[in-house]
Amino acid sequence: MLLWQTSQTINFAQGEFVMLPAFFVLAAMRFGELSFPAALLIGFVVAVLVLGVLFKQLVVDPILRHGVLPLVISTLGLAILFKEGVKEFYSAEAQGFPGVWPTTNVTIAGAVISAQSLVIIGVAVMAVGVLQYFLHATRTGRQMQATAQNPVLARVLGIPVERMILYTFLVNAALVALASFLVSPIYLAKFTNGELLGLAAFVAAIVGGFNQVRGAIVGGLLLGIVDNLVAAYWSSQYRAAIPLFLLIAVILWRPQGLLGRAEERTV
Amino acid sequence: MKANWIAAALITGAATAAHAQQTVFMPIVIEVSGNGAVSGTNFRDGALMAIDEINAKGGILKRKINAPVSDTQSNAAISRAQVQKAIDGDPYVILGPVFSGSVKVNMQLAQQAEVPQIVGAEAAEITQMGNPYVFRTSFGQQMSMPKMAAFVANGMKAKTVAFLWVNNDYGKGGRDVFFKEMAARNIKIVADVSTESGQVDFAADIVKMKASNADVMFIYTNEEECARVLREARKQGVKQPIIGETNVVSQKVIDLAGETAEGAKGHVGLTADAPIPAVQAFTDKFQKRYKYVPDHNGLKGYMGVYAVKYATEKLGKFDRKALAKSLHGMTITPAQEPGILIETTWDDKGDIDRISFLVEVVKGRQKVVEILPKLGK
Repeated sequence: MLLWQTSQTINFAQGEFVMLPAFFVLAAMRFGELSFPAALLIGFVVAVLVLGVLFKQLVVDPILRHGVLPLVISTLGLAILFKEGVKEFYSAEAQGFPGVWPTTNVTIAGAVISAQSLVIIGVAVMAVGVLQYFLHATRTGRQMQATAQNPVLARVLGIPVERMILYTFLVNAALVALASFLVSPIYLAKFTNGELLGLAAFVAAIVGGFNQVRGAIVGGLLLGIVDNLVAAYWSSQYRAAIPLFLLIAVILWRPQGLLGRAEERTV
Repeated sequence: MKANWIAAALITGAATAAHAQQTVFMPIVIEVSGNGAVSGTNFRDGALMAIDEINAKGGILKRKINAPVSDTQSNAAISRAQVQKAIDGDPYVILGPVFSGSVKVNMQLAQQAEVPQIVGAEAAEITQMGNPYVFRTSFGQQMSMPKMAAFVANGMKAKTVAFLWVNNDYGKGGRDVFFKEMAARNIKIVADVSTESGQVDFAADIVKMKASNADVMFIYTNEEECARVLREARKQGVKQPIIGETNVVSQKVIDLAGETAEGAKGHVGLTADAPIPAVQAFTDKFQKRYKYVPDHNGLKGYMGVYAVKYATEKLGKFDRKALAKSLHGMTITPAQEPGILIETTWDDKGDIDRISFLVEVVKGRQKVVEILPKLGK
């Protein structure tokens, strides 16, 4: 969503972007024989470099000038490359990924909640808060927003548009790395993880509103809650279909998403 | 010039034919990627270890084994194509696959070509379809589930069970047999939770299982999913004992689930931790070669190859039809063939009978709690 706003980049490899950082960490532990915290740090840095800097400079910049559609196809290809690359060079099997927090539980008002889940929620809320603060309360963040809203005018006003776009890619890479480190201890690290995560993220963004960060958050929450309630109280066999029903309903009745705003474009 | 080309072609052809005569073609068609990769790679590695050992000693009847590996990608349609490709190479036997759904769609091809197929699949119906060329390397569900049901009734003293299963041929087959066994013992299934192969999020499924207040939770799905279920169960603070047949207590699941696998109990047809010197020697060799602890599928692949070796040497010739015929009703003891590790009998349908084990996960390994005798004894 950030990428779309700043550089009109639709990344269909976003799910694989979440899958990959976990393997950077595992590779650092296995081949570099590093401790988990050191590998986590290395994994984060490599993710930001590969999925941020290299992705922008090697894939987006040369292809975007030919239009959005070639870029969409390129990211689809990139998703396959990442998936098959991990399968070929690391393993086709699921890999255990250490949790950043031990698997202890806390009881709150009679409900058992795992400390791991609380940490995930806490980190996610913090990440969103920091991102919002960065975008709205810092000079760089406002310049990034200006770039997103009107790059031509932003350039006229002296904003270094290219650098702002690069920052957006770096922020995106940092967020996917964070997501990867949080989700992999539960889902296990596997080369196919991106398929599910990518679809869920895409549906959440459309449902919430593709041009609003808070829309994606609402879309993600709604999707997660509906998915789990359907699986627990109705039928787990139909759970995979529910997000797609939600997606169709939103596209039919509110194409800009629940919190998105309608945009006009000259074609 | 033309004569030279013809001579070269004849020499090449003769050399190829000579090579073919010096080797015996035993392709491995297995799950190297996809949801069955854990099972498939274990089976493949066990089989390749046995093949290397046999080849190092001169092969079978002085012919070395040629065993290329092809990946079914855990996909039934691809497995059928791979088995067809293997048959086109005129194999002596086909090793694999492990997934029941794949075996069900490709076993007819092997049957039509009269090629014995040594499979790792467990779905009950595979050996009930009258195919004289299919042979198991592990218990079918009709053999293992009664043992597990007896454990639930007598060992766990459970009156109610929550059953989580994977919605594929393996899962459905196991569910049907287990439910029948539970009904016969008057034990109530209070949660019947169907899940998908490759599923990653089990939060809602565990909520359902927990809400049922069952005495025990029975997990019957593939390895990776078992590990995710165990992790989710720990996250939700499940207090009930978690049990299962083979997969939930397999070494790969223990490795993936980490401490959340502790205390899980189950029945296994084979275990690398069996208190049998030959099995322990196998485990050491395997671990040294592949740097991981094998699960039951590693043993299945290894023993399957040695069964073929023993039966062929007993026949004294490479004859596929005769091999299939002789394996029916054959018992191989470790004294006759050390590579078989544990005395094993194949019945007239290709089902297997041997001792089995009740295990519990303790400190990251399977601890054998009880050895169950062969059913035929």
